[in-house]
This record gives sequence, C-alpha cells and structure tokens, in this order.
Amino acid sequence: MSFLSSVYAYLFYFAVFVLLAGLINKVVQYARTPAPLKIPTTPAPTTRTGVALRMTREVVFFESLFRGNKWIWIFGWIFHFGLFLVTLRHLRYFLDPVPVWIQFIQPFGVYGGIAMVVGLAGLWARRFLVDRVRYITALSDHLILVLLLTIGVSGLLMRFVAHTDIMRVKEFFQGLYVGQVSTLPGDPLLMLHLLLVAVLMIIFPYSKLLHAPGLFFSPSRNQADNPRERRHLANWARRLEQE
Amino acid sequence: MAKADFQVPELKQYAEIPEIEPGVMAHSAPYKSKEDFQLPLGFPGQLVDDWQDKAINKMGDLLGKYRSLRVYLDSCVKCGSCTDKCHYYLGTKDPKNMPVGRQDLMRKVYRRYFTLAGKFFPNLVGAEDFTEEVLNDWYSYFHQCSQCRRCSVFCPYGIDTAEISMAAREIMDHIGVGQKYCNEIIGKVYKIGNNLGLPGPALADTLEGLEEDVFDETGVEVKYPLDVEGVDILMVTPSADFFAEPHVDGLIGYGKVFHEAGVSWTLSSYASEAANFGMFIGSYENMRRVAMRIREAAIKLKVKRIVFGECGHAWRVAYSFLNTLAGPWDFLDQRYPIPQHICEFTYDLLKQGKLNLDKSQNDDMVLTYHDSCNVARASRMGDKPGGQFDIPRALIRASCNHFYDMDEETIRDRTFCCGGGGGLLTDDLMEIRVKGAQPRVEALNNVMQEKGVTHMAAICAICKSQFTKVLPYYGMDMDQIVSVHQLVSNALILTGQTTDDDDEEDAADEAA
Repeated sequence: MSFLSSVYAYLFYFAVFVLLAGLINKVVQYARTPAPLKIPTTPAPTTRTGVALRMTREVVFFESLFRGNKWIWIFGWIFHFGLFLVTLRHLRYFLDPVPVWIQFIQPFGVYGGIAMVVGLAGLWARRFLVDRVRYITALSDHLILVLLLTIGVSGLLMRFVAHTDIMRVKEFFQGLYVGQVSTLPGDPLLMLHLLLVAVLMIIFPYSKLLHAPGLFFSPSRNQADNPRERRHLANWARRLEQE
Repeated sequence: MAKADFQVPELKQYAEIPEIEPGVMAHSAPYKSKEDFQLPLGFPGQLVDDWQDKAINKMGDLLGKYRSLRVYLDSCVKCGSCTDKCHYYLGTKDPKNMPVGRQDLMRKVYRRYFTLAGKFFPNLVGAEDFTEEVLNDWYSYFHQCSQCRRCSVFCPYGIDTAEISMAAREIMDHIGVGQKYCNEIIGKVYKIGNNLGLPGPALADTLEGLEEDVFDETGVEVKYPLDVEGVDILMVTPSADFFAEPHVDGLIGYGKVFHEAGVSWTLSSYASEAANFGMFIGSYENMRRVAMRIREAAIKLKVKRIVFGECGHAWRVAYSFLNTLAGPWDFLDQRYPIPQHICEFTYDLLKQGKLNLDKSQNDDMVLTYHDSCNVARASRMGDKPGGQFDIPRALIRASCNHFYDMDEETIRDRTFCCGGGGGLLTDDLMEIRVKGAQPRVEALNNVMQEKGVTHMAAICAICKSQFTKVLPYYGMDMDQIVSVHQLVSNALILTGQTTDDDDEEDAADEAA
C-alpha cells in the first residue's frame, strides 16, 4: 500500500500544481485581454456597486439562468450549492484543528452530497431527453458529468455503506503539507474517489469548467452602463487615434 | 398576402418550442461581396490563397484584442438555456440557429487551434479543423444572426453570440469572404455619406418638400435645415428617414419637436447616416471610420449638441460606442447627454409641458410597441436603467388614447428581433428574414386578436423596413408599422397651427 500511497501523493502534488498554475495562467490571460467596447447587457447597473450586486446575484442565485430555464436552474443550482456544502464539509480533512463552524456544518455537508448527486442526475437526464440539449452535447460533456457523479456517489457510499478509516486519510493529507507520505487506507472506493478528484483538478483549467473564472470576466455582466459619462478606450484602440 | 417560395411559419396562440431539424437552413447565404466593395474597406477582393492560416492568425489576433471573444469561447457549459431563445431557431428549427449551435461553429475551430484539449483530443471535445465545409457553414449561419443579444440575457455567463458572429464576419472579411450587402453600403457611406447613397442635392430637395408639406398641413413654417453652420443641434438620423414610409413621418416629427422646443438644428449631408454597418461586420476600424464622420461634421458645423434619430443599432453605436470611437466630445455643451436620443429630447419637452398633444389625432389606431433589440439590450435612455423601455412608451401614451403592450415574455429586454437586423436586411436573405420574424409577428398577432391592436410603433429604421416587407407574408398590411415620432407628429398641435376646429369656427363665423 505504501507504493500506491506514494503514487497518490505525487498525483495530488501534480494536480494541485496544474490546477493553480493553469487557473492563474487563464485568469491572467483574461485580465490582460482588453475589452475595447462597452457591451453590458442592458438594462445594466450604472455604478461599480451595482455591478457587484448584479454579479453576486449571478454567482449566488444564477439569476440569468433562472430567467432562461427553470429546469436547468433548479438542477444546476442544487448541484452547485450541494457541491459547495460538500467542499466545506471536506475542509475538516485539511484543517487542524477543525474550526467550530466547519464542525457545525458537517451534517449539512451530507445533505449537500445527496443534493449534488440529484442535481447532476437531472442535468444528465436533460442531455438525453431534450433534443436541443442532446444536439449540443459532446462526449466530453457526458464524461464530466460521469466524473462528478462518480465522485459524488463514491463519497456517499463511503459515508453510508463502506466506511473508510477517515483519520488515516486526514493523516495522509496533513503529511503532504510537510512532504511526508503516510499510508492511505487501501479501500477501493477511497482510491477511486481520490483518483477522480485529482483528475477533476487537472482538467479544470483545460475544460468548460473555466466557466467559474469566466463569469467574473464576462463584459456583458461585469461592465457598468456609463459610456456617455466616461470615455472607455483600450490601449490598442488608442494607437489607432495616434495614426 | 406576399408570395413566398418557402414555407411561411404558422402563427400560434401560444409560443411553441419546435423540435430540431438539422440542416434545413444550410442553403441560406447572402450574396458574396466582390473586389469593388471589399477594397475600400481594407479587405482582400477575393478568397486569399492561404486562407486557412490567415483565418487562424486573424482569430488569434481577435482573441488577444477582445476579452469577450476569449471568455465566451471558453466558458460555455452547454447547459441549453439559450437553445430556445433565438428568433431564427424558433422560426427555422435549424439547430445551428440555436445560439450555442451558432457559437459552436467557431468554438470547434477555436478548440482545435487554441486549446490543449482540442489539439490532442479533438473528437472528445468536438474540435474541428477549419475546412472549406466549416467556412461555408460560417458564411451561411453567421449571416443568420442579427446580433440582437437576446441569448446573452438568458446565459448564466452572459455569453453574447453577437460578439462571436461579429468576430466571425471580421475573420471572413480578412480572407476575402465578405457579404455584399453590408460592405457595399459601408462603401457608399465613405463615398457619399449615407447607406442609401443619397447625395446632398437630393437630400436638400427632399427636405424642402417636407417643409412645404408641413406648411400646407399646419400653416406653420417648420424648417428642415441641411448643412447650416453655428446651430445648436446636429441631427443624425438613418438615411431611410429621408426616403421611405413610415420613416419619413418620423423625420417630420423630429422637425416639429425641434420647432416647438425653439432650438436651432441642422442635418449634415456629410454625416447623413446614423446607421453604422461597421458594427455588423465586427470591424472596429470601419466602425470608427464611419463614426468619425459625425465628429467631423459636428466640428465643421460648430454645433453644441448631437441628437440621434430613430434607429436601433445606430443608437447602440451612438450611446455605447461613440464616446470611445470618436470622442472625447469636450467641444460640445456638457449640460446635455452626448449624444442624445430624439426620444430623450422629446420626453424632456413633454415633462416640461412644452408639447401640446392632442391624443385624439391618433384615434384611428390602436397601438402596441416593439422594443428594438439594440436599443433594448445594448443601450439606455435617460438617467435610469430601463429608460429605453419607459421613455418611448411614455411618448406613445402621451400621443394616443389606445395602447397595449404585447406579451411580457416578448417585450423589454426579452424582446424579439424584427428578423432583419445585423446586416440581414437584404432581399437575398428573404427566407431567413420572414422566418426570423415569426416570434415577433406571433406576439403581434395575439395582441391584435385580443386587444384589437391595429398598428405597431418602433424606433428603428431596420425594424420599420423589415416589417413593411415581411408583415404581408403573414397576411398583415405593410403599413401596420409606424414611427414613434410619427405618432408624436400626428398629435402635436404646433404653436400658431390652424386646426380643423379653427376652420369650423371660421365657417361658423362666416355663416353668422
């Protein structure tokens, strides 16, 4: 088991590196690319504060999606909110001592896990049942759903059916902070769960999962509606004026 | 009913989302541009030899210049929220007219050449080489998008297909595959000053005719000045206003409103066009060149203010881009919005009580209002977000007694495009124009049945031209579309105007 533990240790080092480096690279690219014209989808807020509120509504409530399609909204929101709770619940494996509020939300994390799987199942069903969505679905869209579903289901199975030695899992990750490889419990479900989480981290910066940072850089959502009041000019466009 | 060599969609009582029918609109493509129309805009005259490399290079260039393009191509999760929002999908059932289907035509090429996943696993992520077949699809389907932004309202990331179709047209122009309609028109603006190619003397003639008409009708000398220096306001309006019904009735209205306001104003023969087709073809350089004409005219005519007439995408370019493209406007009077929409101007007068409006003059009509897409989703009027919906409605309500809105799902920021925007207002695209108008005409038809609506007002030259042409395909009359300032004009009693009532009184006096 110690060999496999080493493999997993390096896998997670690699995954964290790819996730961080890839995301930073993308965020820097987005931030550096100019938006030469004012294109907020109107009616839009006229102030930065207003924009922050609009963005908060998009991030927390998926406002535009709510207006667009109630089914996608309900499944999508259940999935994302569930995933959020699950992530908070998992922080206890990575923090020592565990903060009180993380201890408090532990049971909600379990409901979050169930919600996440339900939401994903709904979203996947749409890919088969709605002809328009079936048409736009690529193989990768199915695979990402399979990946997330398997992560969710394997996690729930470890909670409700085949427990693993969670203290040793925590020791393993705590060890990684200081370059020490502790032995992981040899449960197949755990191995599968961890492997897929690492895969998810690795593909994040190279797939449609980029929608997460993308939203914050979307000009139609993050620009204030004030073009008459303030002149907006990109650097490359400024050069045209000097010609 | 107008004759069609294609099937005109049926109008239903309740909007239906059709099942997909792949490829049914693949044959629709506008006439290609030729050398004469390409070169003046700085584009190659015909398909260049190494078009594939050139196109990919241009795409890379645009990815570095437009954050929207980069973020939108990366971010789509294929959720499906946009799939039933495009009027062209609803009217044609072709899945490549679903916003995401249209975006994917570019996204698959982007993934192939610019992403790791697409380079190594093209089949997995649906990446494809930029083949001739793909180019043909681009030409066909990126000219079935009117850049109306309805999809961007419902996208959880605000992905705006207009940004993508503009980029696609810019790329195609750079390899010599341009669209005749747009590029020929932009050339006319450079050469003559407006889209319709109306030279100065023709404009002067038209305006003189209008002065006579208004005098005959009202007994008041309302002026329609051209190229007058040192006046307060430069009026920039779509050239259709000089030319066709119902546009010209709007222009008559602007003149009457200016007359009542007591301001001096002029049109310019040099900048005799509010429209800016540079936006449709996604060319910043050409859009800027067209916009600069307005700056030059404003300087030359020494005006203090700029007001725009009724035109949808022109107002987008004016409101959202003019400061960027042709600013700074430090030489104009800063107490007024720069630029200002004629509806804002008229609304201010209305609030000050300076307009004497007799609503009964429009009693022969029961009205509804079509929110033009670019005004609704890409601009504003007044101080508050949403003024672009409320101000034109306030003008209509002040000018007529009978007004009913169409279904909420189809107005304000959820309005449907007329079907002719974005550079598609050409006869060689009649099929897509008629089919794309279906969702709007359906909503109009319902409010006609339920409320007895007879006319639909709009503030966009393209909308007006488009409905004039397509309404007959649906068994309606071409004159059911009217200008907002036509209604204002009908209702406005000018100071010193001889009215019918006066005539009657005179007659009564004589009889006595």
